[in-house]
Amino acid sequence: MPEENVIIQLSIFVNNEPGRLAAIARTLKESNVNMKAFNLAESAEFGILRAIVDDPEESFEKIRQKGIIVKKTQVIGIVINDAPGSLFDAADVCGREGINIEYGYAYAGKNLSAFFIRVDEPHRAVTALKEAGIALVKGTDI
Amino acid sequence: MFWNSEIECLPKEGLRKLQYGSIKSLISKLYSSNAFYRHKMDSVNVKPDDIRSLSDISKLPFMTKQEFRDNYPTKMFSVPNTDIVRYHVSSGTTGKPTLVGYTRKDLDYWTDALARSLTSIGIGEDDTLQVSYGYGLFTGGLGLHYGAERVGASVLPASTGSTERQLELMQDLEVTAIACTPSYFIHIMDVAKEIGIDFLRDTKLRKAILGAEPWSEGMRKRIEESSGIRAYDIYGTSELAGPMFTECEERNGIHICGDMAYIETVDPDSGEPLESGEKGELVITMLKKEAFPLVRYRIRDLSAVYDDVCACGRSSPRIARISGRSDDMLIVRGINVFPSQIEYALMQVPQVGNQYMIVLTRDGALDNMVVQVEINPEYFSDKVKDMISLRSHIESELKKYLNLAVHVELKAPGELPRFDGKASRVKDKRSL
Repeated sequence: MPEENVIIQLSIFVNNEPGRLAAIARTLKESNVNMKAFNLAESAEFGILRAIVDDPEESFEKIRQKGIIVKKTQVIGIVINDAPGSLFDAADVCGREGINIEYGYAYAGKNLSAFFIRVDEPHRAVTALKEAGIALVKGTDI
Repeated sequence: MFWNSEIECLPKEGLRKLQYGSIKSLISKLYSSNAFYRHKMDSVNVKPDDIRSLSDISKLPFMTKQEFRDNYPTKMFSVPNTDIVRYHVSSGTTGKPTLVGYTRKDLDYWTDALARSLTSIGIGEDDTLQVSYGYGLFTGGLGLHYGAERVGASVLPASTGSTERQLELMQDLEVTAIACTPSYFIHIMDVAKEIGIDFLRDTKLRKAILGAEPWSEGMRKRIEESSGIRAYDIYGTSELAGPMFTECEERNGIHICGDMAYIETVDPDSGEPLESGEKGELVITMLKKEAFPLVRYRIRDLSAVYDDVCACGRSSPRIARISGRSDDMLIVRGINVFPSQIEYALMQVPQVGNQYMIVLTRDGALDNMVVQVEINPEYFSDKVKDMISLRSHIESELKKYLNLAVHVELKAPGELPRFDGKASRVKDKRSL
């Protein structure tokens, strides 16, 4: 079942100005949204905060109601073993399958470490990665 | 020095008589031969016979820029197209530009006004004038060109751009005066400094005639202190003919040749005429124009008219440096921009939300316009490259509508200021 390995990331638009990230972070705190992993992409004038949170559906609604631009994005978590080559194996599979990795970021939790990747066809990517024997994170793991 | 001392120094009484006579015959002629003007006068129930003194001119209705646009291209012309010997087109961000046509006589008066102006600042046959205004549809280049030729100066038709080459020619040809926009002159100053040219030491340049965009006394002071060049203000708009009138050596206001133009100031809100010296909106009647007559045209520039005789001896009224606009028109890189047009353009772009701000800055000599827009959340993407192409898309849509390159900054909804009353969506940070 590819669905169990497709993880919902929340993507949030942030202006690249002093205090804007703090304002978003405060809203997340006040909405009781717990971020497990996040990544901040930036251009000259804006940034995009991407976060893996507890209960993405509920968090999404809470954030949206605060008037913040937020979007649900499907990502895949690749389990990283504490040994060289884990990222290569996954990236190599995607490359051979012609699946483009838009961006990615790492997560290190108590029980597992992972690398979240954003691809255009997450279901196809999950199938290909699993067939290649690569361990993937389930939504319930984090 | 006068180009035509008889007319330039005509005693006030004689000048007023001359102006009254010119207005009288202009109005009679227009009323009988031009349907547009007749209709305009009929709509306020004024006949040529109602004009019995110079001050009766205030009975006549105003002309506006909108009328030129509505009657584009030649519906307001008063002569057959066969009598037109030249066109100029003013740049703007509206769909329709303003087209101005000139008869041979119109060009002659325009040239004569500039001949008088150049003479009044001491430019004559011993001078070489570098005309670094744009040549072409814009009036600046060709206007100054013919004016300078008339006084016998040597003209270097440099136009804009290739600044290093301009400096080289300035040295080689011993240019004594230059005419350009103040921002281009500042650019020339910067380039000169970079390559080690000191105007006073390395060139014969001593005078600069600057205009066609807003500038201030503060900027004049800065230009003069850092370049050693004496700067003169020039005024005109394409509707009048082009740049026409300058300060004299006294630099105490811009002389508006009284036999060619009747200048008034009115209250921008009520349209009521103001006294000499009171600050208001300029209204001009061109007394000699043939192809494209102007009667009480509201230029929308704010200034004041001084009617005393200038220390230079000229009796023509003078206007104070333009202090702003009575509408919200912005001049960005020489192009007229109305915020309402930017708003209209933005509202055609579905990716744009409802709030925006226009921020104007000046990078060195160049105006920079940034339009900050709140994005429509539907078009938000988690990919930076999508967001950048969203921004480029908005920029190219704006370019299509405005014909002006605009930088767009994307903002989150709620980030831009909201206005309770009158919105002020323009932040002009240019130091003029």
